Amino acid sequence: MPDAEVLSAPLVLEYPFSRTVGPVQSAFLTGLREGLVLGVRAVDGRVLCPPVEYDPVTSAELTELVELGETGTVTTWSWEPEPRPNQPLDRPFAWALVRIDGADTALLHAVDAGSPDVMATGMQVRIRWAGERVGSITDIACFEPAEAAPT
Amino acid sequence: MRDVAVVAFAQSHHVRREQRRNEVEMLMPVLHRVKTDVGLDQSQIDFTCSGSTDYLAGAAFSFVMTLDGVGAWPPISESHVEMDGAWALYEAWVKIQTGAADTALVYSYGKASPGSLRDVLSRQLDPYYVAPLWPDSVALGALQARACIEAGVTSVGEMAEIAARSRRSAADNPFAQLQGSDDPDVLLKEPEVAPPLRRHDCPPIGDGAAAMILAAGDRAREVVDRPAWIRGIDHRIEAHGLGVRLLTSSPSTRLAGERAGVGDTPIDVAELHAPFSHQEVLLRDALGLGAGVAVNPSGGPLAANPIMAAGLIRIGEAATRIRRGEARRAVAHATSGPCLQQNLVCVLEGDA
Amino acid sequence: MSDPLVLPQALRDLEPVRSIRTPARLEYTFRAGEATSRFLRGIASKRILGERCPVCGKVMLPPRGSCPTDGVPTREQVELADRGIVTTFCVVNVKFSGSAMELPYVCASVLPDGADMGLFGLVQEIPFDQIHMGMRVEAVWVDADELQPNLASIKWWRPTGEPDAPYESFREHV
Repeated sequence: MPDAEVLSAPLVLEYPFSRTVGPVQSAFLTGLREGLVLGVRAVDGRVLCPPVEYDPVTSAELTELVELGETGTVTTWSWEPEPRPNQPLDRPFAWALVRIDGADTALLHAVDAGSPDVMATGMQVRIRWAGERVGSITDIACFEPAEAAPT
Repeated sequence: MRDVAVVAFAQSHHVRREQRRNEVEMLMPVLHRVKTDVGLDQSQIDFTCSGSTDYLAGAAFSFVMTLDGVGAWPPISESHVEMDGAWALYEAWVKIQTGAADTALVYSYGKASPGSLRDVLSRQLDPYYVAPLWPDSVALGALQARACIEAGVTSVGEMAEIAARSRRSAADNPFAQLQGSDDPDVLLKEPEVAPPLRRHDCPPIGDGAAAMILAAGDRAREVVDRPAWIRGIDHRIEAHGLGVRLLTSSPSTRLAGERAGVGDTPIDVAELHAPFSHQEVLLRDALGLGAGVAVNPSGGPLAANPIMAAGLIRIGEAATRIRRGEARRAVAHATSGPCLQQNLVCVLEGDA
Repeated sequence: MSDPLVLPQALRDLEPVRSIRTPARLEYTFRAGEATSRFLRGIASKRILGERCPVCGKVMLPPRGSCPTDGVPTREQVELADRGIVTTFCVVNVKFSGSAMELPYVCASVLPDGADMGLFGLVQEIPFDQIHMGMRVEAVWVDADELQPNLASIKWWRPTGEPDAPYESFREHV
């Protein structure tokens, strides 16, 4: 077929997945819905946020929930100059690992910093809650610099 | 433990977009090449294992069609991993260790061009806490790069040197997608695409395929003069939570390397599957590779990174140098998951 | 057995989250490859093209560029008739979402003359309970101005009225 082009067609793959959650995840997501952040205590005493069902080192079932705050520290970050569909913000934003105050591990989310010049490892950020919360990680709309006026 | 060797390896010419051929058409020449090189036909292959991901094609079980290129009649003993072909190789190696096979065909391919790879790869992330945010693979690479730079593990200058060296090395690799003798200073003038990463710090997106034949002991010696013996192979995985892991080192690579025996005797050549430039530094450190080791003489993943095949290609490139007598002992590495989450290390050696 | 989970007071009397919705949508541009494109372009000009394997000699349909038995490229194009034999069929009594077909209807595997593999298609213009293996059928194409490079260009297959093909002539394709 030397001259004819290979045929092509658009293909859309779309799945309406719904996933059941375990008891720790349920507590965390219910907490987010209610504007409360929870972590879980690991076997070695570290507090994990986001919390998981099983200890990442020993695989023991974890059950001790810990109430945490709405602020945290950026442990590393990158800049998203051209946001893609479904990402938390539609204007350029920072991705960051945020260690919520009281936790020993970090949570991945977006920071609405406005400019990469505002971002720095070690900076304080706080949660901007979504207007309508349903029990999802997106109940945290994003984080914002703690120094900025609350939105 | 049985002695198992790589006796044949072939790969396609990796391109940004394979416009004309579908996956089977891409794979067939590579599959035929390895069988022809050792004079084995499919009836003499005891086990076939492939590595790929259907998410690239957007069709469930699409990998099954690649058996059309294998010639699977009479029915063959076959398996598949939804992973890089390096893990298909691991399964084939285990199969041979059990004595259930003496020869194996391993192949892998990735045709990323139909979809948006950055979005596709986001589906491998934690479905509860991370995937709903759709972070793309480059953003995650950038997170790790910044952590490494701020921890003093590497610098943008060192990353640019790695990228430039990779492209220079790839000039001798007819299969590589990106080649050229770029100057690190020129590369550093380019804008950041996902700060702190520049385009050259990121792997090229492309389509490609690779295949390999393994054989045990005397069978390997029958089919080729210089087998590349697998002296050790191991793979380890870290916690899936990005915020739980230490992103400035690669403990799973270190452990896999120890178990594979990397430190036992000096290494000449290392083929490291570091899709992002900063990751080469992490892997070198984890494997304890000194300055005398030639890293990625093929150009590595910064010159060609067909998803799902790039790890198998590292093993194939290392094996090729041993079989040509250019190296005595090599380490090959493959990775899977975001920010070097899972790592496979393989030590290869030629006959004395 | 670990201690049971104790919820903070603030969450104790509330309906807990039991599941999350995680829809995923990915967009692709599917490329058919050379063999399939050749076949579909043939369909658009009312031709059914198979490919012959140089090793076993069988004619693959729909062709995909390789012989699954021998694993070799199949480049020789073979023009096939648009009539053939019903080798097997199924009477469908269950509606599935998105289908506008009136029940019951028949889906069959049709072996065109000259081919070694069949095409799936509807069989119509005959009461469903008279359809049987070995029936000779011919393709009913869409009008010329509606021909497209896809199998919807064949609307269905209908009986030709020829005598049935003997079972021995198609038993290897059942």
